[in-house]
Amino acid sequence: MADEVVLLDFWPSPFGMRLRIALAEKGIEYEYKDEDLRNKSPLLLQMNPVHKKIPVLIHNGKPVCESLVALQYIDEVWNDKAPLLPSDSYLRAQARFWADFVDKKIYDIGRKLWTTKGEEYDAAKKDFLDCIGLLEGELGDKSFFGGETLGFVDVALIPFYSWFLVYEKSGNLSVEAEHPKFIAWVKRCMEKESVSKSLPEQEKVYDFAMLIRKKHGIE
Amino acid sequence: MATEDVVLLDCWASPYCMRVKIALEEKGIKYEERAEDLFGGKSELLLTSNPVYAKVPVLLHKGKPLCESSIIVGYIEETWASPPLLPSCPYARSQAKFWVDYVDKKLFDAGGNIWRTKGEAQEVAIKDFIEVLKQLEKVLGDKDFFGGDSFGFVDIITIAITSWFLAFEKFGNFKVEDHTPKLSAWINRCMQRKTVAKVIPDPEKIYEFVINLKKMMGME
Repeated sequence: MADEVVLLDFWPSPFGMRLRIALAEKGIEYEYKDEDLRNKSPLLLQMNPVHKKIPVLIHNGKPVCESLVALQYIDEVWNDKAPLLPSDSYLRAQARFWADFVDKKIYDIGRKLWTTKGEEYDAAKKDFLDCIGLLEGELGDKSFFGGETLGFVDVALIPFYSWFLVYEKSGNLSVEAEHPKFIAWVKRCMEKESVSKSLPEQEKVYDFAMLIRKKHGIE
Repeated sequence: MATEDVVLLDCWASPYCMRVKIALEEKGIKYEERAEDLFGGKSELLLTSNPVYAKVPVLLHKGKPLCESSIIVGYIEETWASPPLLPSCPYARSQAKFWVDYVDKKLFDAGGNIWRTKGEAQEVAIKDFIEVLKQLEKVLGDKDFFGGDSFGFVDIITIAITSWFLAFEKFGNFKVEDHTPKLSAWINRCMQRKTVAKVIPDPEKIYEFVINLKKMMGME
């Protein structure tokens, strides 16, 4: 029986982008369904009744929710190509730790960069750059967090690059100026087709964020 | 294997530390427990082993540090195969990981909101907490354990937090059993296990700990 893979997603979601990249890396064919989050489909509500969020990976009718859980599922099922997690259990734990760090920090702090002002913004800017610095430290001299090829942490993190124009334009921030090695890593990732085809244009994401800002009366 | 091979930087009241201890006990691994004084002053070893968060638990295996309790339990599962804490089928594993993530994101914080608030805010907090319990009870269904017939990953991640339930109940003046009797039965079932009974502290002591914590935080 051929595998049936469906991805419930929302085009600017960095969490959805993670799964797009992984599926592309593994050469998996799938049906992409873009959700209108203001009007969630019955399928989404059925497949993720607990959180009602995207992304949801549906494999032969069975849903997997939470992007890092789904990434590990993809890696385990399609284990013939492009492994995301290393085979050594200590290195796997380290990869999970840093992906979890990205989850705990980058999204929430990044959000503050375009929704807050004044002191709150300044604190968020410092936090954000500190986090990038920590990630840069973890990358070290490697081409990718995964070593020579894209790994779990690379896939978890690179989608946020599509939001950098939003983060930077909102408050005179330049990640490249503070952390050039990080941006060098970004550029290496963007050279990969699986990444460049999975991330939307930064300008498009910027327009989207500004729409949201206006809608919620945030200036 | 020498005990010094596995060291746990620990705090007796932390449910996150309890998870790691239960996992180690389940796998029959000897380990050295090193108590951290989280209020007096964190040890040099803790600060260098967990520079990102400076939190317990930290597991040191042959000197190499592992942080974040669910990740540590995952490492224990992958490093010492027997008995397995996760199912072998990838889909069932993904579901177990989903519920681990749910418990991690929801349960302790929901309980924490109960002892941190009063009046109407506390009523909301209790309602939210019970919603989480009801969701977990639904997932458990008629199974003995979240892992099915055998005690597993989700059971370990969740049972540790139940050590704080008496504290939540006393501060909120409610009983978990009144709302989710099946989940309470599951708690009792888990507490029958030697590994769990050995690790989980007396909930009365946790209650006293929270009272002191509130005093220290200057809360009424």
